Amino acid sequence: MRFETLEQLADICLKENKTIAQVMLEDQAKETGVPVDEVFRQMAEYYQVMKEAVQKGLTGNTKSRSGLTGGDAKKVADYMQHSEASLGGPSAKAMAYALAVSEVNASMGRIIATPTAGSCGIIPGVFVSSQERFGWEDDKLVNGLFTAGAIGYVIANNASISGAEGGCQAEVGSAIGMAAGAMVELRGGSPQQAVHAVGLALKNCLGLICDPVAGLVEIPCIVRNGLGAVTALAAADMALAGVGSVIPADEVIGVMLEVGSAMPTKHRETGKGGLAATPTGRKLTKELVEQRRRKAKEAKQP
Amino acid sequence: MLCRILTFVQFPDVNIYTGAWKSLRFKNVFSIIGPSMVGPSSSHTAGAVRIGRVARQLLGCQPEKAQMTLFGSFAETYWGHGTDLALTAGLLNFDTDDERIPEADIEAEKVGMVMEWIQGKGNGPHPNSVKIMLTAGERKAEIVAASIGGGTIAVYSLNGFDVQITGEYPTIAVTHSDSQGVLANMTSLLSCEGINIGYMDVDRKGRSEAAMTVFELDTAPTGSLIEEMLRLPHILEVTMIDLTQRS
Ligand code: SF4
Repeated sequence: MRFETLEQLADICLKENKTIAQVMLEDQAKETGVPVDEVFRQMAEYYQVMKEAVQKGLTGNTKSRSGLTGGDAKKVADYMQHSEASLGGPSAKAMAYALAVSEVNASMGRIIATPTAGSCGIIPGVFVSSQERFGWEDDKLVNGLFTAGAIGYVIANNASISGAEGGCQAEVGSAIGMAAGAMVELRGGSPQQAVHAVGLALKNCLGLICDPVAGLVEIPCIVRNGLGAVTALAAADMALAGVGSVIPADEVIGVMLEVGSAMPTKHRETGKGGLAATPTGRKLTKELVEQRRRKAKEAKQP
Repeated sequence: MLCRILTFVQFPDVNIYTGAWKSLRFKNVFSIIGPSMVGPSSSHTAGAVRIGRVARQLLGCQPEKAQMTLFGSFAETYWGHGTDLALTAGLLNFDTDDERIPEADIEAEKVGMVMEWIQGKGNGPHPNSVKIMLTAGERKAEIVAASIGGGTIAVYSLNGFDVQITGEYPTIAVTHSDSQGVLANMTSLLSCEGINIGYMDVDRKGRSEAAMTVFELDTAPTGSLIEEMLRLPHILEVTMIDLTQRS
């Protein structure tokens, strides 16, 4: 790729009068030697998987294997049917869709990692709900995925997209930044505004630890996806309104690296700190371990 | 010629999280958006499937026995993320979105693969790492690898040689004796076939002893190219590792 930072990316867009999506698509094709059409088709397939996951999460059974989670997306969707959501309808819908996809993931269903499975709900939540709202064609959203991908590419190479390396700021935080920047471009904002949206969104995620109960990608991951979709929309709106990130996005990404490196191991996906180590988190973990032992025993002596 | 070849090998920045070469990290938009996978965790499930597949392909056939040593977060949380099922699925050559992953243990039993799980001491080379030792009859294979986020992996060693690969590209791993001209012969063979080398790494046990060279290639080599390479002097073994092909 011709860019390592978001500033370089925005400069290329400005010089060549292209969107972030176009630059990412073309660079990907050049870098891998795969024709542009083929690269686009692959991404279009991924978008279909995302839409299927939203539907599955809203209508299917999403009880996870542990039994700890499932069905929350439906609760939010039902609530929206008979009450006025405090967030307002469109944001509540994005939240419900994000929860839906994350619940499909937790119940071992098929999803697209964006950038990871733990954070797989945020981009589909924002994209699919916005598509319905604004009546966009699929291809527009597929372009949006290239925008999101370009932003994630910069974060991944300059900081991290792994909870085990850099905490949840690296997973849910990155996804929020990616969704926010993509949303700006989808709404017709400039590449510079998209980069500001990334900076704004990431600032609000710095320091977020990775602390899944029993090490499962369920609690708190699923709700963080629902709330993350809302944050992405908010950051996109700020940037579209002309609000800038005074600390440039690339420098915020640098802080993500600094904070992630300083994070204790117990707050990096080991299931040993944070919410996982609360009295309730410990109790749930213990119950699951016992349940698993019982099952293993039963399997040996039927 | 040798000097020219060495210019392929880059010495980029070291990532401060992992100590891994920065060039090994993310190169592709589909390692950010993607993979398409069965949940619940891209690093602990999808990445683990891909690591398992690298090990299986290095062995070159279905393993009969697999000894798996898990480090760091892999060791702490493997059960919750189904990392054991995912690594097992990889050893069966399954893809990351294969819907049989949740039942990989049953599938392993069906083909008679015996799994042994060990909790490693310390963190290994990365918070999510695993050492895999495989056997099938006389054949043996060993890898040390880590899942570095979003389903992307970094392989740190193959059969005891410190060579690094990513699994993002069709890769060939060549075991050869450490003799003059071997590298030049291999690279000129590849260039004659019009195959571009994206990355190359070499490690040897000692002077004039066994060495391994890995090539990450832009396009998949044909079977006949591998046969031709095997006919070059001092070449002991050529193995193809390609996760870009659907299983
Ligand atoms: S808490 Fe950890 S596992 Fe869950 S989404 Fe965040 S980074 Fe991923």
